[in-house]
Order: sequence, then structure tokens, then C-alpha cells
Amino acid sequence: MGRMRKLLIPGVDKTLLVRDAIKTMPDLTRRRFISGGASLGALTLLTGCDVTDSFSAEEMLKQVSKFNDGVQALIFNPNAMAPTFPESAITKPFPFNGYYDVDDAPEIDGKSWKLEVRGLVDNKKSWALDELYQLPQVKQVTRHICVEGWSAIGSWTGVPLRDFLKLIGADTRAKYVWFQCADRDGYNSPLDMPSALHAQTQMSFKFADEILPRAYGFPMRIRVPTKLGFKSPKYVISMEVTNDYKGGFWEDQGYNSFSGS
Amino acid sequence: MSAVTVSDEQATSTKAKVIQPAWVRALHWTNAFAMVLMIMSGWQIYNASPLFGFTFSSSITLGGWLGGALLWHFAAMWLLMVNGLIYLVMGLVTGRFRKKLLPITPEGVISDTKAALTGKLSHADLTKYNQVQKLLYAGVIIVGILIVLSGLAIWKPVQFQYLTALFGGYDAARYVHFFCMAAIVAFMVVHVVLALLVPKSLRAMIIGR
Repeated sequence: MGRMRKLLIPGVDKTLLVRDAIKTMPDLTRRRFISGGASLGALTLLTGCDVTDSFSAEEMLKQVSKFNDGVQALIFNPNAMAPTFPESAITKPFPFNGYYDVDDAPEIDGKSWKLEVRGLVDNKKSWALDELYQLPQVKQVTRHICVEGWSAIGSWTGVPLRDFLKLIGADTRAKYVWFQCADRDGYNSPLDMPSALHAQTQMSFKFADEILPRAYGFPMRIRVPTKLGFKSPKYVISMEVTNDYKGGFWEDQGYNSFSGS
Repeated sequence: MSAVTVSDEQATSTKAKVIQPAWVRALHWTNAFAMVLMIMSGWQIYNASPLFGFTFSSSITLGGWLGGALLWHFAAMWLLMVNGLIYLVMGLVTGRFRKKLLPITPEGVISDTKAALTGKLSHADLTKYNQVQKLLYAGVIIVGILIVLSGLAIWKPVQFQYLTALFGGYDAARYVHFFCMAAIVAFMVVHVVLALLVPKSLRAMIIGR
């Protein structure tokens, strides 16, 4: 309470002051970190040092997360396959998951949809769905693991991303393949090149042998069974081969960028 | 010369009184700090997809939301793992585990449990653990190893898939990880209550004597 009183300045409108203060907070992440202040306060008692100074704690955590990206890139074995399962193990119903209701999922017209290709590639032509359907496809039954902890086994069929990257003449020495999606608020996510070239990383067009339903990312999703689910973007509209780290919807909010399984 | 001899003798006699050597104390409190961070952030992570019909109050969790909690969990894990590894190596190399924690016999545990429950268990000599202490301290070390291994199994179910399979798969490993946490929290409650009931044991873990 004493702290609140100190913040009151005679002649200054409290409401306006608070409004100005909120404006200085740059992003959702910061607010979310600060909302954890109550439990950080408990830590102060234990450590005697002021970790409620959340800006430095936040900076330290970001650095460790970057360090963890590097550690996971080292642990990543390009020849280690995600375990596969029999069809009988498929989770039914397979959960819909998103930061919006299924009713708000993008409704894409497959006839007019095109996959845009950009960046360090020889052939930047856009691809219609029918053209992509004609490429050789493979099926995988693998476990989808969500960052939240739950998991579900599903069956995806599609074109190995590495085959497509080869087809378009992508520079596979580049660092990332960056995907942009049609989700509300513009979902996007970077995928490191070694993971993009993994044999099981797929441009998926079918779920359980049926054309990908709207809930699971029609017309195309990326399926990366060696990473957490949010690294498998749905409703993909473009891919860019790039050396720049362009961030991602969840990555920018604090989820670890590599998030390997 | 004689002064030096005297101080040597003093040093020896002081050394003899040390109940908890400095390395044990340093590792103990580092571990306590790391475990509190891991448990509080772990509760927040649990809340994102609860295994049971309850969640942990946000007043006792760390990180504010799933993303923040994961950052804490995957930062504090390094402290916990490195500190824990040093402890295991030191415990084996110095012979502390063998000297302090062994032997443990069923008869000894039963009779010391009876003595503890009837208030007849002596804490006169803090350098020697009774059979119940030996069992709990050895047990919590094993649970500590299990919680780290099950955590690695959940973190890397593809890269460390043989480890994950050892725990019965990804979903089973989550339960193992949770129950190890529950066991450690239960241990901590008993441990802290008893340390407060026998304050000289707490003093020994702070100043060594």
C-alpha cells in the first residue's frame, strides 16, 4: 500500500498516469511476465535478491532460452526418427487446438489458394493445390506433442518437405524455412534447416487418409514430428527460405524457439 | 613454532566437530533453491494440461503463464542438474553416501520408526543418521535421479526415445515426473518440520557445526 501512495503525484491525474504507463509496456510478453510478479515476490523472500525486477530476470531467461536453442540443435540427430505407431493407436477424436475456437479457424477456398514460395530458392513460382497433390506423398502415424503437455497420435499424409525444397532449388545451407499462415492475427513460425530436412518433416495434405479438414489446417499444414506442436503451422500460405531469424507467433511471446522433441 | 603446532591442533579439533562439510552445505542450499524454482514453475506447467482434477493456485506458481514457467523450468534445470551431478560424484568419491547412508536394514527401519513415533529417537549425535533418516535420504536421492531422467524423457521423447520407452512412453513419463515431484514435496515437508524441531541440525547445515 505504501508503494501505491508513493506513486501518487499531486496535480497528476491517476487514470491518465496509469494509461501512459501501460503504453510504455512494449508487448504481451512483458505484461505476462509481470503478471507472474506475485509468485516472484515469494522468491524474493527465499533468495534475498530482488527478482521482482522482472526486466533483468526476463533478460536472463531469454538468454538461457537461446542457449537452450543451441543445446537442442546439438542434441538433434537428423537420423533419429520419431517413433511411429500402428493405425489402431490413433487418438480418436484427434483434438482441435488453437488460440481461437474451431468456428474461427480460417476457411480457405482450395481452388483459389496458392502456396507462395520466397527467399533463397531458384524457382519462386506459386503452387496451386492440384499441383502439390500430384507430388509423391508418404504417410506417417506419429505422436503430436503439445507444449502444454498433452499428446495425441495422428496419421498425416503429404510431401516430405525436403523433397519439395529440392524441387524448388532451395539453398539448404540457409538457416531457416519461415512459414506464414492464414490464421487470425497472422500465425507464423521459423523452422531451422536441419529440422526442415528431416525425413519425417512433411507438407501434409491429408489427415487419417482424408483431405485435411478445416480444423487440422486445410489446405496444407507442416508436420514436424521432432518438435512440439506449435512448430507445425496450419493453414500455410507461404514459405520463405532465409538466413534471417524472423520470429514467430508463439516464439515472440516466450516459447522456446527450437522446441525439439 | 609452538604457536603453529597449537593452531594445528585447534584446527584438527575444530575439524572433528564439523557435522556438515562446506561442500555439502553449498550443494544443499543450491539444490534447495533450484528445487523450489523447478517445483513452482512445474506446477504452472502442470496447470496448462492437468493430469488430475485439480490445478495449483497461481499464488504458489512461478512464471505467470505457461511460456514464462517453461523459461524458468528450462533455466533452473541446469542449476539442478549440474549441482546434482556434483553432489552424486562427491557423495560417491568421498565415501559420504556409504558412510552416512549405509547399511539400511528392514529391522532397523522398523525399530527406529517405532522409536520415532513414541518420541524415543535420540538426536544427540548429529553425525550419525538413524535408520529412518538413512532410508529417507537415500530414497530422496533415488527419486531425485528419477525426476531428472523422467523430465529428460518428457523433454526429448524423440532424441532420447529409449529413455522415454524405459518409463513406458511419453504419457507414462509425465505421471512418473509428477509422482516424483509429489514424493519430493512430501519429503521436503517432513524434512523442514523436523529441521525446525531439532534446530541444531539446521544450524549444522548452515554453519557446519
